[in-house]
Amino acid sequence: MAHDQELDASGLNCPLPILRAKKTLNAMTPGQVLHVIATDPGSVKDFDAFAKQTGNDLIESKEEGGKFHFLIKKC
Amino acid sequence: MAQKKLAIIATKGSLDWAYPPFILASTAAALDYEVQIFFTFYGLQLLKKKLDLQVTPLGNPGMPMPGGMEKFMPVILTALPFMQGVMTSMMKAKMKKKGVASIEQLRELCQEAEVKLIACQMTVDLFDMDSTQFIDGVEYAGAAAFFEFAGQSDICLYI
Repeated sequence: MAHDQELDASGLNCPLPILRAKKTLNAMTPGQVLHVIATDPGSVKDFDAFAKQTGNDLIESKEEGGKFHFLIKKC
Repeated sequence: MAQKKLAIIATKGSLDWAYPPFILASTAAALDYEVQIFFTFYGLQLLKKKLDLQVTPLGNPGMPMPGGMEKFMPVILTALPFMQGVMTSMMKAKMKKKGVASIEQLRELCQEAEVKLIACQMTVDLFDMDSTQFIDGVEYAGAAAFFEFAGQSDICLYI
């Protein structure tokens, strides 16, 4: 799926993927989509919780090739 | 929706105990919480410009050691002079390998996210510390000031 920005958080552990994602989202405009790539298995639940609590839209969360991919639409 | 608030009291000054306050504070800030950490007693070590945080196996039976050594190593050996330094280096190396942030990094992220870092004035005086030892941006206050914020917080943690 198309995205406006990509953030590779591979190799980073909790809470860094979330903190980096938040920082990147801050610099984006509402409606834009951020693609986050992570290797931390805990990030699956964390990005779900992050989206719920910040009101951003987690449009996709999947595992592919041993990595976790998240598409977050900034609200 | 009103902004949620997290109040933390950080009382410990070792490497392992330095993580919970900074991880929780930075994450809460990313979740749009307003966050304050009140550093008191040994927690003041976490505000020093030059951090020298150590982890000790002494009196810590839950600390995993290489090869499951903690299960059979006599407690007295954990008191040997070199043990703390060795365990600290090993812990730091392991954290780096696993992509765990350093305390310096997490502290900086907290400051960037406008987490308010407050040093307990009484314990700063008690230990003859002064503001030149601490990083910029630290505020100094007492218990009553902490309650002003903690009293309206949604979550309050003592670490």
